[in-house]
Amino acid sequence: MAAARQAPAAAPDALIKLEAIRKTYVMGDTEVHALAGVTLEIAHGEFVAIMGSSGSGKSTLMNIVGCLDRPTSGRYWLAGDEISRMSVNELAEIRNSQIGFVFQNFNLLARTTALENVELPLVYAGVSAKERHRRAAQALEKVGLGTRTDHTPSQLSGGQQQRVAIARALVSAPKLILADEPTGALDSKTSVEVMALLQELWKAGITVVLVTHEPDVAEFAARVIVVRDGLVKEDRRQTPKPAIPAAPVPAAVDEAAAPPAPPKPETPEAGGAA
Amino acid sequence: MNPLMTLRIALRALLRNRMRSFLTMLGIIIGVAAVIAMVAIGEGAKAQVEASFAAMGTNLLIVMPGATNAGGASGGFGTGPTLTWDDLKAIQTELASVRAAAPVLRRSTQLVSDEQNWSTSVNGVTPDYFSLRSWAMEKGNGLTQQDVDSATKVVVLGATVASKLFGASSDPVGMNVRIGNVPFLVVGVAAKKGQSSTGQDFDDVAFIPVTTYQRKIQGGLQKYLSGQIYVQAVSDVTKAEKDVRELLRDRHHLAVNDDDDFSVRNLTEIAGAQAEGKQTLTLLLASVAAVSLLVGGIGIMNIMLVSVTERTREIGVRMALGAKPRHILSQFLVEALTLALFGGLIGVALGVGAAGRLAIQFGWPMKIRTDVTLIAVGFSAFVGVVFGLYPARKASKLDPIQALRFE
Repeated sequence: MAAARQAPAAAPDALIKLEAIRKTYVMGDTEVHALAGVTLEIAHGEFVAIMGSSGSGKSTLMNIVGCLDRPTSGRYWLAGDEISRMSVNELAEIRNSQIGFVFQNFNLLARTTALENVELPLVYAGVSAKERHRRAAQALEKVGLGTRTDHTPSQLSGGQQQRVAIARALVSAPKLILADEPTGALDSKTSVEVMALLQELWKAGITVVLVTHEPDVAEFAARVIVVRDGLVKEDRRQTPKPAIPAAPVPAAVDEAAAPPAPPKPETPEAGGAA
Repeated sequence: MNPLMTLRIALRALLRNRMRSFLTMLGIIIGVAAVIAMVAIGEGAKAQVEASFAAMGTNLLIVMPGATNAGGASGGFGTGPTLTWDDLKAIQTELASVRAAAPVLRRSTQLVSDEQNWSTSVNGVTPDYFSLRSWAMEKGNGLTQQDVDSATKVVVLGATVASKLFGASSDPVGMNVRIGNVPFLVVGVAAKKGQSSTGQDFDDVAFIPVTTYQRKIQGGLQKYLSGQIYVQAVSDVTKAEKDVRELLRDRHHLAVNDDDDFSVRNLTEIAGAQAEGKQTLTLLLASVAAVSLLVGGIGIMNIMLVSVTERTREIGVRMALGAKPRHILSQFLVEALTLALFGGLIGVALGVGAAGRLAIQFGWPMKIRTDVTLIAVGFSAFVGVVFGLYPARKASKLDPIQALRFE
């Protein structure tokens, strides 16, 4: 469907540049091509939704973009640095300084306060304790949880947990926020709240890449990339639908009685932030 | 990511599972406590053996006459009349390596005071005997050379005998004791010596001048010295032993191939051998304890492996947020090390406590060896690192994508 592929002109200030990215898994005797040659550019300040059904290769694409995985072949530049040739340690540094992750199941450390969870990326960046506290508190303020810094994940609702996770993604001032099904574990009302927050970050200049299989969620993005059978099938720009939460986000903070999201997500056991 | 930070993370993780952490440490705790206590017990026992041999006297040799041989039945050392008084004199005067020598003739005899009687070993000795055994008088002046020369009927009582005959608190000096119906004047009570390593009471004894002994107790053949000669070496006991043996062989006209017709016992050597025996036992016990340390280490590894599996997602999250493999490695390694080290320290406290209690119970000095303590703690830390390394490496080699997906 070449007609459907409207790859945008190569912008000189591309944040993400993928060139003929392939990822092949060997399963027994057969080779599975999770990505069969993806070429793609995402500019600074875009809000992109990567869509696709399960098995389409969108998760593999997200893992490579997120520097969690390396391609079998092809080249990848993030903010001008070639990622595809980096070592495990260099990838860790890139993840730490350039990318903020938001996961479907939040992935906050259990029995660890919101503040300490948000501090975690700064711990690995070697930031001093005092500076960590200051920046983590600031990030929590930004997502409207300034009064819940000492709550542990089990004391927070699903939406609040996801906002802690977003604060954690923000705290190291990354160029890119990578959200993998960020509303997958939330009800529709909290979903809109989370999307409103992501739109806010986008408007503040951060590049947001969203992976989802729900068209409703993709509507909030300004560009939609559809992945199927390991290839980009569709790449279109759209006017994002503004996410308007039922109540403004900061007000939602005081909904102490808000019940947790229906599918109670698991948080990883033990381990401390700082 | 400084070491202090890593330690804090490890401590928090361990404190989350207090009970589990404690149980994991238990192997190390028991191992270290056992090592410390065992070595302390061994050292205490050794010190006791040494003390009891020191009570016998230092640099001491005992020369005993040879055996009788009546129709093929050997009577054992000390039964044959092979030592003479001239032999004694020769040992006293001819050998530079010998400081002093004293005869000891003994027989078990009944002593009778006005109120009590008591059977004990009556020893015919010279004043030198007391200096040989560095044995002071508790009361009275003891035997003099004059007493030996003129064979006076005086007696020095051991502390046990004195209390048996006269009561614990009385002063028997100046009182009379009858030995084999002969009255003896008590001229001293010897200071308390305690027990030998075999439990024999050093103080259950009485001393009279050797000349008096020959006349009143021994009777019969007096040409031979039918007892023992205590010899004190100047410094080198082995040299003195060799000299005494050569002198006696020469004096007894023994051919090169003949066996000695006497025996020389080196008490220092016996003490050394006994102490060594105790040391071997200590080593054995300590190595058993070291095995328990090893088992403790395996316990740590086991729990760390469980912990890594349990916390796979946490590891994935940390990696996604920028933790490098070495951060994860050090986090788990420090956890294992902390478990082992804390276990070791608790073990030391317990071991010292146990050793103290046992020392009080057995009545010997408590000896805590600093080097052993340090080695035990060091070894437990080593165990922690060795057995923590595999789980920690396993954690650090996790694939962040797989780890994040782990349920």
